[in-house]
Amino acid sequence: MADWPLYEVFVRSKHGLSHKHVGSVHAADRRMALENARELYTRRNEGVSIWVVPAKEITASAPDEKEPLFDPSQDKVYRHASFYELPDEVGHM
Amino acid sequence: MYAQLVDTGAKRLKDLEEMSAEERAFQERIDAEIKIEPKNWMPDGYRKTLIRQISQHAHSEVVGMLPEGNWLTRAPTLKRKLQLMAKIQDEAGHGLYLYSAMETLGADRDEEIDKLHDGKVKYSSIFNYPTLSWADIGTIGWLVDGAAIVNQVPLQRTSYGPYSRAMIRVCKEESFHQRQGYQILLDLMQGGTDEQKAMVQDSINRFWWPVLMMFGPSDADSPNSAQSMAWKIKRHSNDELRQRFIDQTVPQLEFLGCTAPDPDLKWNEARGHYDFGEIDWSEFFDVLKGNGPCNRERIETRKQAIDDGAWVREAAKAYAAKQRARQAA
Ligand SMILES: [Fe+2]
Ligand SMILES: [Fe+2]
Repeated sequence: MADWPLYEVFVRSKHGLSHKHVGSVHAADRRMALENARELYTRRNEGVSIWVVPAKEITASAPDEKEPLFDPSQDKVYRHASFYELPDEVGHM
Repeated sequence: MYAQLVDTGAKRLKDLEEMSAEERAFQERIDAEIKIEPKNWMPDGYRKTLIRQISQHAHSEVVGMLPEGNWLTRAPTLKRKLQLMAKIQDEAGHGLYLYSAMETLGADRDEEIDKLHDGKVKYSSIFNYPTLSWADIGTIGWLVDGAAIVNQVPLQRTSYGPYSRAMIRVCKEESFHQRQGYQILLDLMQGGTDEQKAMVQDSINRFWWPVLMMFGPSDADSPNSAQSMAWKIKRHSNDELRQRFIDQTVPQLEFLGCTAPDPDLKWNEARGHYDFGEIDWSEFFDVLKGNGPCNRERIETRKQAIDDGAWVREAAKAYAAKQRARQAA
């Protein structure tokens, strides 16, 4: 499929959540990518909106960047609500 | 099954000490059920075996449309025709999900399809049998898709992320396939004439053994299983899945009021499973070699579809180029 570029497909379900990556399609152009994505990924009411993005336009983090990128967030427990203990009398907060 | 006899290139399993640091980290990741993603390091054998397995699986989905397509214009009612068309379209989709997963491993779709057309790679043996009657469409949905489900459900947990995600999508769609097939047979058995009932039994007689062969050779003759299991690209042995399929299918067969062409098929109280007769493996290997009733016709039809569609693909490319030029101007 060297002739037809690869597009990544994102679909938003009707429940108002963000677009979610569902797979990819090859297509000659963007319009066809959208039509192919519709045909392939939304045959059963899976979504109300589709994005197609040329795969080569996506910048992704590399697996060996996992530590520098994500480890710093591991020791910051104070970013979570459960870190703050309050007396029961305060009730739900 | 949809991928039968996938060669891993490994004569025996390496243990952790024999592995390089990279290999060991890879294997430990798999042992911990952490998915392998496209950009992660992976051994060459893992990559090659997966490309082989996923491409076989994809080819099976695509070639699998042909026996059913044979009855599209002759479906007995408009309703059945629409259902069959939707089912076949799903199979095209399954092929595409799988080709996409395969491409994340660096394989080229066109090249893999060329290999199929040149007879260098395989697809499931089951699709080399003809569909002689309308009942065969029911039998395929019920038994062939039923066997596919038994194989694909555990593959949802396969170690390679894109393959696992493709399988999750596929499994969501399969149960409709099996139910529509079984309902076709139920209609014929419960409301049909004697001739129609005989047609169902004849169809089951022809498909029963080839369906059992879908799970691949018995464990003793599956030299690649150990490596595939260690890599978790195969999660149960062929014999285990075959037994699971038989156990769940026999009650459905009895409910239909039909029988299997196997005098040895009977419930074994002690084992808690059905016993069944010896499979004729010479037939299986013969079909795989290309000598089944429809092998040549299937590949010819595939090639013709690609050739006949060439002008459409060229036109789409020319149109896209023109649009791009116009935008640039
Ligand atoms: Fe399928
Ligand atoms: Fe199916």
